[in-house]
Amino acid sequence: MISAPFDYERADSVAAALELLRQGGEDARLLAGGHSLLPLMRLRLARPTLLVDIGRLDDLKYISGDGDTLEIGALTTHHDLADSHELRDACPLLADTASQIGDPQVRHRGTIGGSVAHADPASDLPTALLALDAEFIVQGAGGSRSVAAGDFFHGPFMCAVEEGEMLTAVRVPLSGARGVYRKFHRRAQDWAIVGVAASVQVESGAVASASIGLTNMGGTPLRAAAVEDALVGATDTGSIATAASRVADLPHPHDDEQASADYRLHIAEILIGRAVRAAMA
Amino acid sequence: MATAEKYVGGGVLRKEDPKLVTGQGTFVESITLPGMLHVAFVRSPYGAATIGAVDTVAAAESPGVVAVLTGEDLAGEWAAGLPMAWPVTDDIRIPDHWPVAKDAVRYVGDAVAVVVARTREQAADGADLVSVDYEERPAVVDIESARADGAPRVHDQFEDNDCYTWALTNGDVDAAFTKADIVVTERYTQPRLIPNAIEPRGVVVQPVPAAGDYTIWSATQIPHIAKVLFALTAGIPEAKVRVIAPDVGGGFGSKLNIYAEEIVCLVLARRLGAPVKWVATRSEGYVATVHGRDQIQEMEIAADTDGRILGYRAKILANMGAYLQLITPGTPLLGAFLFCGSYGGEAYHFECTGVFTNTTPTDAYRGAGRPEATYAIERAIDALARAVGVDPVEIRKRNFLPTGEMVPSPGGLAFDTTDYEQNLDRALEIVDYDSVRAEQRARRESGDSKIIGVGLSTYVEMCGLAPSQVLGSLNYGAGGWDAATVRMLPTGQAEVVTGSSPHGQGHVTSWSQIAADALGIGFDDVTVLHGDTQVAPHGMNTCGSRSLSVGGIAVHNACGRVVDKASRIAAHLLEVAPDDLEFEGGTFSVKGVPDRQATIQEVAYAAWTAHSLPEGEEPGLTEHHVFDPPNFTFPFGSHICVVEIDTETGEVEIVRYVAVDDCGNVVNPQIVDGQVHGGVAQGIAAALFEEATYAEDGTLQTSSMLNYLVPSAAELPSFELDRTVTPSNSNPMGVKGIGEAGTIASTPAVMNAVLDALSHFGITDMSIPATPEKVWTAIRDAKGGAA
Repeated sequence: MISAPFDYERADSVAAALELLRQGGEDARLLAGGHSLLPLMRLRLARPTLLVDIGRLDDLKYISGDGDTLEIGALTTHHDLADSHELRDACPLLADTASQIGDPQVRHRGTIGGSVAHADPASDLPTALLALDAEFIVQGAGGSRSVAAGDFFHGPFMCAVEEGEMLTAVRVPLSGARGVYRKFHRRAQDWAIVGVAASVQVESGAVASASIGLTNMGGTPLRAAAVEDALVGATDTGSIATAASRVADLPHPHDDEQASADYRLHIAEILIGRAVRAAMA
Repeated sequence: MATAEKYVGGGVLRKEDPKLVTGQGTFVESITLPGMLHVAFVRSPYGAATIGAVDTVAAAESPGVVAVLTGEDLAGEWAAGLPMAWPVTDDIRIPDHWPVAKDAVRYVGDAVAVVVARTREQAADGADLVSVDYEERPAVVDIESARADGAPRVHDQFEDNDCYTWALTNGDVDAAFTKADIVVTERYTQPRLIPNAIEPRGVVVQPVPAAGDYTIWSATQIPHIAKVLFALTAGIPEAKVRVIAPDVGGGFGSKLNIYAEEIVCLVLARRLGAPVKWVATRSEGYVATVHGRDQIQEMEIAADTDGRILGYRAKILANMGAYLQLITPGTPLLGAFLFCGSYGGEAYHFECTGVFTNTTPTDAYRGAGRPEATYAIERAIDALARAVGVDPVEIRKRNFLPTGEMVPSPGGLAFDTTDYEQNLDRALEIVDYDSVRAEQRARRESGDSKIIGVGLSTYVEMCGLAPSQVLGSLNYGAGGWDAATVRMLPTGQAEVVTGSSPHGQGHVTSWSQIAADALGIGFDDVTVLHGDTQVAPHGMNTCGSRSLSVGGIAVHNACGRVVDKASRIAAHLLEVAPDDLEFEGGTFSVKGVPDRQATIQEVAYAAWTAHSLPEGEEPGLTEHHVFDPPNFTFPFGSHICVVEIDTETGEVEIVRYVAVDDCGNVVNPQIVDGQVHGGVAQGIAAALFEEATYAEDGTLQTSSMLNYLVPSAAELPSFELDRTVTPSNSNPMGVKGIGEAGTIASTPAVMNAVLDALSHFGITDMSIPATPEKVWTAIRDAKGGAA
């Protein structure tokens, strides 16, 4: 757990960070909270030659909203998300998800931008953001662009952020939906074996529309479209469970030492039911 | 300052903690010496391979690298292979075990080369550049595969992978099984566990070339034994070796060993004439520090129609790993006498075969043999209860050994003091057993998706290792005594020098309580010195829940000798006969004339000045005692676990955990509670979370804390503790031992609870750890495939 040698630079602006990234080339990496990158470096599984520390770019730490859209700076920590009354009211799914990441130390260091750009399929926030139809603002030397969550995640640890670019903000459309994140793991600080993000619009006690995101059920966060369709009109435990069972329509998840594919699917089904019921309660 | 306060049994806070919690401890990692070099190990990524060419050129040219040495380069440095101190049978196979492998590697993590550099980072970078040509060979990682016909051999020097078979028989076992109405036959597995002391292993060696001296700081539990074995392995006169165990951050048995890295650093310091340092990374520790458990157990109980036990048969296969570390072969035998637990019977057979595999060597891990034995008997007695059709409480009460002293056990040992039923009753009362059973029935009847179960473990263990003669009869390579020196200083304080070597247990506090009471001085007036072979008397260190019942008794007895001598001097000062004095609260007073007094501090000063001493009395007030106990101690207790199982997911939650332990007289209640908390946590970990697994090629799959699931406080319940007190007769303080009891007791209590919860599904067996998927799958299968 001793990293290979690397250079370190601290950026004092987004522009400076992008210039340092350009100079560093393909083996340069941004360092934000460091909770994903540093463990990989200590095991020598990641060997960046240059770390560009953006941890002091305070102007990327914010949560702001105009009533229709919420914008969150990339360096906003999980703790800040979990602790924000504004967020809890406007977008409870995101606050609920952030509150379940890792442990208090991780939540105080880890950032939303780092979590999203790292694109670990076992991460919680990407799933919630996918369920919320978020957009990601990616800045490069030539300006910034917006990428829809559905187009952003390309595979395990692969996303739309290209070499020389950085993720600067996340935009979430506000729908007034109720949202709950449910996570299955063995220990409080563990990654999700399965996670479910449920965002539900309820009218007259029935589901009017639902978004269901799944964590660690594939190489990227997934949407369970068949479940979402089946949930419309659901009112009670039985009808919700029937809709949740459509999770079996998804591509078969992977087996690993933590869980077999069958068990993952079963847990996803159970968690969808629990999350939707909790969101409707 | 005399005091009548009694510290033993009281709730004094640990003296060690202010230093440790404010970062003022000195661990091996904290030690930095001028000119110190750093060592990194190149380790095998293969479970089994022949070593071909080792290319060290790039590493040698790497910045800061001072030396790159292979097993071949170092072969001339060893006077002997790594030591194994417990050849359990005369025909045991003891493989060659060099600190750095020469021709072949036999487990992932086996060292093949060392890189020495100016900084730790440079050493790690250099190790990355060493290129080894391995010719991979078939590996064998599990016990049964290793014993199959035609299995790959771990050691070519032996014709198969068996290491030894050790057996013990008491009484007519066949007769007991022949006349039995009921025979319960069970098979259990003990997963391999990885010890996780918070401080990794580490070593610093400072040579003094001109004097031929070596000072070795090691994160070890056994500085005194290490001194002897470092000297013999490296070929250095014992008197030239000083070993210091500074503050050591836990061990759980994993630092009760002589490791390759310690010997390598010692010979590198000799070869290079400079101080060297190595500290394990956590991942390195996972492959290069001994593992624990890893057994297959066949357990049989013969009983009459009422479930009264007639006999026991336990047949064990124990995974040794690739080599024999210090007490690898003997570790399973520490449970050899306990497969009958706290129960009676007339006949007993135990048999253990050790098996080599291409895995990290196993050795002592908290409980060492006794958790395995206790798991087997406590699971099997529940199986007997099912066979008889009685409650697990009733089957235990029918079979408990009688209350008494020196009670013979079917395993062949005489238990010091026993009083089991009242202990169990106390635990049943706390948990309110009948109410738990009622709730269980109610939940089942209502079809609740969350079901509950209750499990018992009425354990007895053996600790306080041990009478030296008994250890000798078991072929163990050392004694079981321990030593203490107590020095009264001229200003009235006491220095207690102990042969025990604490690494988290709080000896400084407990020894201060013992000495303060015995000498009648203040708790803060006692200083405890330990862990440095140049300061402390020879000792047998800290392991096997032995410190208090052996080392602590040495302190108690040495204090007694100090008081005896002080009494003679006081009598001289007061011009009376020693018999005319009473000693209370640190003051000698003349019987019937209480104002004629001398405090022990006054006596200590008089002993130091030596101006007026009794005829023939030596100056000074220092005494030494070596305690070799007449018997082991046999702590016991009743642990009751209540679990709630979510039948939809298979998750097991411990909702109640009651532990009523009996460790005899208690010196420090808070320390005892802490030991129970930690021990129970480790036993719960084995029941529900932890299992080290290897791929068939010998790759350790659970190679970090990411996938080796050490639980945290968040996964554990609040423990409900109580005690009964049945003093031991093995020592004058009536103490037993508590360091391992929690781990020994808890794993079967949890598993019995899990199986009790699932019993209405017809589920009677499940291997540990009971993971959610395993539980869910069992329920699904029991229901015929639809959960």
